[in-house]
Amino acid sequence: MLDSTMIELSRWQFAMTAMYHFLFVPLTLGLAWILVIMESVYVMTGREIYRDMTKFWGKLFGINFALGVTTGLTMEFQFGTNWAYYSHYVGDVFGAPLAIEGLMAFFLESTFIGLFFLGWERLSKRQHLTVTFLMALASNLSALWILVANGWMQNPVGAEFSYETMRMEMTNFMEVVVNPVAQVKFVHTVAAGYVTASMFVLGISSWYMLKGRDLAFAKRSFSVAIGFGLAGILSVILLGDESGYEVGDVQKVKLAAIEAEWHSEPAPAGFTIIGFPSNEDEETHGAIKIPWLLGLIATRSLDTEVKGLKDLMVDHEIRIRSGMIAYEYLQRLRGDEDTPENRAVFEDHKADLGYALLLKRYTDDPSQATEEQIRMAVKDSIPEVAPLFWSFRVMVAAGFWMLALMILGFYFNAKRVIQEKRWLLRLFLWSIPVPWIAAETGWFVAEFGRQPWAIGEVLPTSIAASSLAPSDLIISLSAFILFYTVLLIIEMYLMFKFGRQGPSSLHTGRYHHEEAAKASRSTTAGGPSPALAPQKRQD
Amino acid sequence: MIIDYEVLKFIWWVLVGVLLIGFAVTDGMDMGVGALLPFLGKTDEERRVIINTIGPHWDGNQVWLITAGGAIFAAWPLVYATAFSGFYFAMLLALFALFFRPVGFDYRSKIADPRWRNAWDWGLFIGGVVPALVFGVAFGNLLLGVPFHLDDMLRSFYTGSFFGLFHPFALLAGILSVAMLTMHGAVWLQIRAAEPIASRAKAAARIFALIGMAVFALAGIWLIIGIDGFKVVSMPALDATPNPLTKEVVADSWAWLANYGAHPWTLLFPALGFAGLWATMKLAAADRPGWGLASGSLAITGIIVTAGVSLFPFILPSRTDPNSSLIVWDAVSSHLTLTVMFWAAVIFIPLILAYTTWTYTKMWRRVTVEEIREQEHLAY
Repeated sequence: MLDSTMIELSRWQFAMTAMYHFLFVPLTLGLAWILVIMESVYVMTGREIYRDMTKFWGKLFGINFALGVTTGLTMEFQFGTNWAYYSHYVGDVFGAPLAIEGLMAFFLESTFIGLFFLGWERLSKRQHLTVTFLMALASNLSALWILVANGWMQNPVGAEFSYETMRMEMTNFMEVVVNPVAQVKFVHTVAAGYVTASMFVLGISSWYMLKGRDLAFAKRSFSVAIGFGLAGILSVILLGDESGYEVGDVQKVKLAAIEAEWHSEPAPAGFTIIGFPSNEDEETHGAIKIPWLLGLIATRSLDTEVKGLKDLMVDHEIRIRSGMIAYEYLQRLRGDEDTPENRAVFEDHKADLGYALLLKRYTDDPSQATEEQIRMAVKDSIPEVAPLFWSFRVMVAAGFWMLALMILGFYFNAKRVIQEKRWLLRLFLWSIPVPWIAAETGWFVAEFGRQPWAIGEVLPTSIAASSLAPSDLIISLSAFILFYTVLLIIEMYLMFKFGRQGPSSLHTGRYHHEEAAKASRSTTAGGPSPALAPQKRQD
Repeated sequence: MIIDYEVLKFIWWVLVGVLLIGFAVTDGMDMGVGALLPFLGKTDEERRVIINTIGPHWDGNQVWLITAGGAIFAAWPLVYATAFSGFYFAMLLALFALFFRPVGFDYRSKIADPRWRNAWDWGLFIGGVVPALVFGVAFGNLLLGVPFHLDDMLRSFYTGSFFGLFHPFALLAGILSVAMLTMHGAVWLQIRAAEPIASRAKAAARIFALIGMAVFALAGIWLIIGIDGFKVVSMPALDATPNPLTKEVVADSWAWLANYGAHPWTLLFPALGFAGLWATMKLAAADRPGWGLASGSLAITGIIVTAGVSLFPFILPSRTDPNSSLIVWDAVSSHLTLTVMFWAAVIFIPLILAYTTWTYTKMWRRVTVEEIREQEHLAY
């Protein structure tokens, strides 16, 4: 049995580094396309301001991208360093999309990003636009393959356990790729990225309008982002993740947990808008429900039942008992009793082997588990409900908040009066963090909702970690916290610095701070240098 | 098309080698440039010249490392699992050092304060030297054998310590890695950086080529007389379902030389290592750095393949429980996974080489201080 403190710490380390990585990913996914739109307008119309827009938002894109790359390296190392048994057990399936991501997408993105920044003088207009386009396309392709890998963790199709190699092996590559959970996740995630980038551009552009500076620049940026953002938020909400919740047991458990639905309800189920779920009592206290809504959201029909957690746990107990038989015969097959009879019994129960592995937390030999141990494993077979229930609601609230903003912004922008709606501009400015809150809570729901599994119904998180000591994790976790905190401070500092300077940071001589600096130079000799002017002039 | 399983197992040994060599030749060069940065650039502008010679390319080059990691995960899951978790702190050390590069390149010139820029220069130095050293030390440890064993559920247990990795022979391998990559980076700067950096780079290329030759020779002699290898005594058929617990392995003093004895033509690889280093030294001195870059790449290839041929068929030999050793035939993924990945590699590696070449061609020039001044707010 692995040390439980070490597993807890490994989970914390993975959760923290993965969520930290995802602070940077969505902005990259969306901003890349916004850059493509801006630069396309430049190439088609030849108007300089659109090139400046591409360069300025590109600068902020670069500051964000650098940390995306940095923290992405951690993700690649960490499966091996901290989740070694996982890597062995599913590397045959999970490793392939990661390697293909590198070959097909990340190479393309990283090769052209250098030319995007440094190739302005050395490429023709069309060549540079092509480079920007390929960079955007590749970043989104990259998301596709990563989500194929992640979708497989949620719903492991196209693979089978082999007792000879003691691991999952791929049986059908196309099934892994077209996994419905992966496809739904991809659309939801990239669209969320488009919203994040739009909110970022909208919020900062609003600030310029509120300050009354670089208006032409700000209004055009706003116009590009509002159209892109409205399309994005509509996709996120209408093509929500829920359609993926019909597939596989893990997704059913997740759905029931999000809704804190302990008992199966007759279709169509009601949606609990607020309540206090407790795993201890297996009940949700003080629930306020809206009739029918859950059935509609979850199953898109009026007559499909949403199964409750207690009923799912009854199923899990049956599967744990069946898995114990699978485990017993696995031992025989790997010992000296590889007979056709034993193989036949094992094959009959193989699908439940993962459930028996839930018992590994309590006993080294799951086939000999006691009734008490089985009871505890059944309890473990669903995630903690309350954090899921609340994060999901925070995500949905954030989504509808942004939908409202986008509709208003789109309307007033189309009427060309956006600049006069200062209250709305202020709301955009203060809502810059909202898409990140939605993205982080969304991922939390997806991953925490998968627990107790690392790979749904196949490999429990409790046995997936490396054979390390708690002290190893304390040192590495501290080092990550230290490094990541310093990096975040530096990144935020640069974002604020260049965000405040705005297009003046391009030093073209055409924008607010430079004109102000020119004016002050002509009046006061030896005034501040243009580079320093913005800080001095904080209003 | 179906390729035989045993052939695919061998092809993947070659392909992982190709990815590692691709990493060393491209991103290894960037690491060499990072290692030289604080020494060859005396002023801020000179340092910016150095950084901008690799500015547009280092990011793409780094993906060779990322893809090699991904390919090892997918093709040799047990190797990825055992090596990364066993070398836990060494891997994290390399990782944290690599952190300095993306942020260093992008953030360094965004603030003019000399303390800020100087700090990132040393960050880029660490990001160049430390990973090169760690990867070299890791290779050294493969040749020494690694203290680990597998249980019957194929969970791996590492029984060594972090400091145990720094055996003098492993350190020598680390120094060799740093020397050859620094030489390679120096030759690059001799081509792409303006004077006076190019002349300083020329001197550095000659020195590090010389160090490389000396260390490579020393490591070779040590390997021959002082280090036991491992050999497989019995194992299932080459195309059998992979199971690393079904073979018998013993330590043997001449085992790491056995392949050279059985296939004398493989001696070409260590010869290529030496000849490449020697040629690079001469070509740098003769102001022919373009050819020096080619000969340096051949030297790197020769040296990496030398280690691979010595170990073959071993990937990760176990010193404490030789039967747990991971070899080319039994630490691999399934036939289907290797096939899918093979086709992905066949399609995409040529494409990658094509567009990478295009970007190098487009950005090809000697970077000067004047150019940095003109593009003060655009360049790195």
